[in-house]
Amino acid sequence: MRHTITVLVENEFGVLTRIAGLFSARGYNIENLNVAPTLDASMSRMTLVTRGDEHVIEQIKKQLNKLIPVIKTEDLTRQEHMEREMILIKVRASEDTRAEVLRMADVFRANVVDVSESSYTLELTGKARKLDAFLRMLEPNGVIEMTRTGPVGMRRGAEGFTVDDD
Amino acid sequence: MKLTGAEIFVECLKREGVDIIFGYPGGAVLPIYDEIFKKNYFRHILVRHEQAALHAANGYARVSGKCGVALVTSGPGATNAVTGLADSYMDSIPTVCFSGQVPTHMIGNDAFQEADTVGITRSATKHNFLVKHVEDLALTIRQAFHIATTGRPGPVLIDIPKDVGIASCEFRYPETVNMRSYKPVTKGHHGQIKRAIKMMLASRRPIFYTGGGINSARGSAELLTRLARKLNFPVTQTLMGLGGVPCDDKHFLGMLGMHGTYEANMAVSHCDLLIAIGARFDDRVTGKIEAFAPEAKIIHVDVDPSSISKNVHAHLPIVGDVKVVLGQMLDALKTANTKPNAEALKVWWHQIEEWRARDCLHFDQDMDGSIKPQFVISKLHELTKGDAIIATEVGQHQMWAAQHYGFKKPHRWITSGGLGTMGFGLPAAIGAQIAEPKATVIDIAGDASIQMSIQELSTAMQHKLPVIVAIINNSYMGMVRQWQEMFYESRYSHSYCDSLPDFVKLAEAYGGKGLRAEKPGDVETVIKQALANRDTFTVIDFVVTKEENVYPMVPAGAGLSEMVLA
Ligand SMILES: Cc1cc2nc3c(=O)[nH]c(=O)nc-3n(C[C@H](O)[C@H](O)[C@H](O)COP(=O)(O)OP(=O)(O)OC[C@H]3O[C@@H](n4cnc5c(N)ncnc54)[C@H](O)[C@@H]3O)c2cc1C
Ligand SMILES: Cc1ncc(C[n+]2csc(CCOP(=O)(O)OP(=O)(O)O)c2C)c(N)n1
Repeated sequence: MRHTITVLVENEFGVLTRIAGLFSARGYNIENLNVAPTLDASMSRMTLVTRGDEHVIEQIKKQLNKLIPVIKTEDLTRQEHMEREMILIKVRASEDTRAEVLRMADVFRANVVDVSESSYTLELTGKARKLDAFLRMLEPNGVIEMTRTGPVGMRRGAEGFTVDDD
Repeated sequence: MKLTGAEIFVECLKREGVDIIFGYPGGAVLPIYDEIFKKNYFRHILVRHEQAALHAANGYARVSGKCGVALVTSGPGATNAVTGLADSYMDSIPTVCFSGQVPTHMIGNDAFQEADTVGITRSATKHNFLVKHVEDLALTIRQAFHIATTGRPGPVLIDIPKDVGIASCEFRYPETVNMRSYKPVTKGHHGQIKRAIKMMLASRRPIFYTGGGINSARGSAELLTRLARKLNFPVTQTLMGLGGVPCDDKHFLGMLGMHGTYEANMAVSHCDLLIAIGARFDDRVTGKIEAFAPEAKIIHVDVDPSSISKNVHAHLPIVGDVKVVLGQMLDALKTANTKPNAEALKVWWHQIEEWRARDCLHFDQDMDGSIKPQFVISKLHELTKGDAIIATEVGQHQMWAAQHYGFKKPHRWITSGGLGTMGFGLPAAIGAQIAEPKATVIDIAGDASIQMSIQELSTAMQHKLPVIVAIINNSYMGMVRQWQEMFYESRYSHSYCDSLPDFVKLAEAYGGKGLRAEKPGDVETVIKQALANRDTFTVIDFVVTKEENVYPMVPAGAGLSEMVLA
C-alpha cells in the first residue's frame, strides 16, 4: 500500500543523503521525496511517499526515527489529511489548438505561466489524480515537457506537526 | 580562553574521561598528534594497521565498559578503518573514531590523501560528523560520545580537516548534551511490564533468550541471573550474549542457533513463551523463520525499537534498557499475587534434562591420536578456571570456543558476531589487555584468520602485553572447508592454506615467545608455559586434527529442530 510519511529533520548537512541512503541500503521503495524549510529555520520538513506492506512500513518508520537528525515522523496515511502536488506542463499550441489548450486550463483552473509562439506552459496544483487527468487531457496536443513536485501533505484540523523543545 | 582545534580535541577527550587512544598518525592528523605529544594526558597505543585500532578500541570498550577511542589519518587511514567501524556497528560496540581530513578549502578537489570519509562510513557508523568550523568541535565531540554510548551503542566517526585542528576559537565546554532528535527510551512501559510478568507466570514452557544487550548494559547480567533463578526458567544465549548467566548455573542451556546446543534449540522449538532480552533474532539464531519457536508467544525487550518485530513478530514489545527493564521486572514480581506454575515447570525441566542428557558437545580425545580442537579449548578453560578474557578470530575455532570455554562472568568474551571479521581477535585481545592489564587474555585463533592481523604482534611487543594467541592450526580455512564438505561434495575449492609460516619462529621474530603442541600430551604443558609468561606475548601453535567439524549444526535454511548432531 502507498504511504505518505512526513518527517521533521534537523536542517544540517547530509540529512538528505542519510534518508536516501537508508532507502537504498535497505531496499525500500521510494516514490517521492520532497524537502523544504519550515517556520523554524533549524528544521526541514520532508514528505516521503513509499510503498510496502504493514511490516515494511513499520520498519521504515522505525529506521527513519533511528537516524540521529530525524526529530519526528508521522504516517499521514493513517490520519485525516490532505495532499497537494504541483505540475508544470509545456504543451504545443498552434493556431488551431491554442483555444482548446486554454479551455482545458480553464476547466482545471490551471494558470498560464509562459507563452511562446508555439507553446503554453501551464501550472496546476491539486491531488495527484487531478494532475494525472490534466496531463492525459493535454497529451493529444503534444506535451513537450513536464515536471512535478511530488506531493506535500499535512493533517487536517487545528493541530500542527511541531516539536516541543525542552 | 582561546584554544586551537587540536587543544580542544585533547581537552574534550580528557573531560570525557578518555585515558587510552588506539591510533596511527599521518599528515592530516599531525596537529592533533603534536598536541597529544605536548600534553601527554592519555596513553596512545600505536597499532600497525588502522583496522586494528578500531578492533582494539572495540575489545577495550567491551572489557572496560568505557567508550573505545581511535584516531586515524585521512584517505587510506580512514578507508583502512572502515572494516573496524562496520564490525563495531554490527555488534553495537561504543567507539568514537577521529579521522583526519584534508584542509576545508581543498575538500572535493581530489587532494592528496583525500577520501569522502563521511560518505564512505555513513552506513558503517551509528552516526558521523564532518567538522568544518573549529567553533563546532567541542559540541560535536560531546555529542559523538553521547551518541556512541547511549541507546543502542555503536561507533561514531568525526572527520576533522587539518586546518580545523590548527584554527583557534574561544573554548566553551558544553556541560550537558541535549539533542531534541535523539532521546533513547530506557525505562520500560509500566503496563507492558505488568503484562509481561502475567505472561511469564502463566507460561508452562518458558525460556529466556538473551543476547549482546546483556553484555552491553553493565550490571544487567546479575539481574538476569537473579530473575531466572527466582522464576526457575531456563536461559539460552546468543553468541553475543555469552557470560550473561554463569555457564555452570543449571538454568543455562548453552548457546542457541546454528551451532547451539541440542537442549537450547529443542527448548526454543518447543517453548510456549520466549522472552527475548537484548537479542535481535539474527538469521544464525532463528534458522528458518517459520519454524522458529512456532508455539511461542514472544516478549521482546530491546532499546532499539527497530530490532523489535524486524524478523520475528513480538506479541509484547518492551522498548527500554535491559538493566532498567530487568529491575522493573524483579520489582513487579515482588508484588505479583501469583507464582510461577511449579507443576508445569517440573514437567518442562524434566523434558529439558532429557535433551541435555544427549550431551551434544561430547568429544573423545584419543591420547595417542591428533589433538582435537575441542580438547584444547576445554584445557584452556580448566587451566584458567574459566576466568580468562577470551577473544576470537572467525571460523570453527570461534564456535568451539563459544561451545567449550564456558564463561562465569559477563564482559570476558570478545568475538565478532555480526560481521564475522577474520583478523578481529588479536587486536581485540590487545584492547582487552590494555583495559585489564592483570587479566589472562587469550585470542583463540585459526591459522587463516590470524594472518589477517598478524602484524599486531608488534603492537603487543611494543606495549609489553602478555596476550596469548592460541592458534587452532588445522591448515584449512576450517569453516569454509566444513561447508564445502557438507554442501559441495567435499570440493575444497581454495580453502587449504599451503605454505603456512612457522608460527613459533614468527612469534620469536616479533620478539615474543613461540610454543608448539603436536600431541595431546603437550597441550597442558604449553598452556601452563604460556600462562606463566607475563613478560611478552606468547603464540601457541596447536597442530590439530585437520578435518574436524563443528557440531551440532543447523544447516542454513533449516529449522532449529533439524540439527545435525555429528
Ligand atoms: C561463523 C559464525 C557463526 C555463528 N553462529 C552463531 C550461532 O550458532 N548462534 C548465535 O547465537 N550466533 C551465531 N553467530 C553470531 C550471529 O551472527 C549474531 O552476531 C548474533 O547471533 C547476534 O547476537 P544478538 O542477537 O545477541 O545481537 P547483538 O548483535 O549483540 O545485538 C544486541 C541487541 O540488543 C540490543 N541492545 C543493546 N544494548 C542494549 C541495552 N542496553 N538494552 C536493551 N537492548 C540493548 C540491541 O539493540 C540489539 O538488538 C555466528 C557468527 C559467526 C561469525
Ligand atoms: C575478512 C573475512 N574474509 C572471509 C571470511 C569468510 N570466512 C569465514 S570463516 C573462514 C575460514 C577461517 O579459517 P581459520 O581462521 O583457519 O579458522 P578455522 O575455521 O579453521 O577454525 C573464512 C574464510 C571472513 N569471515 N572474514
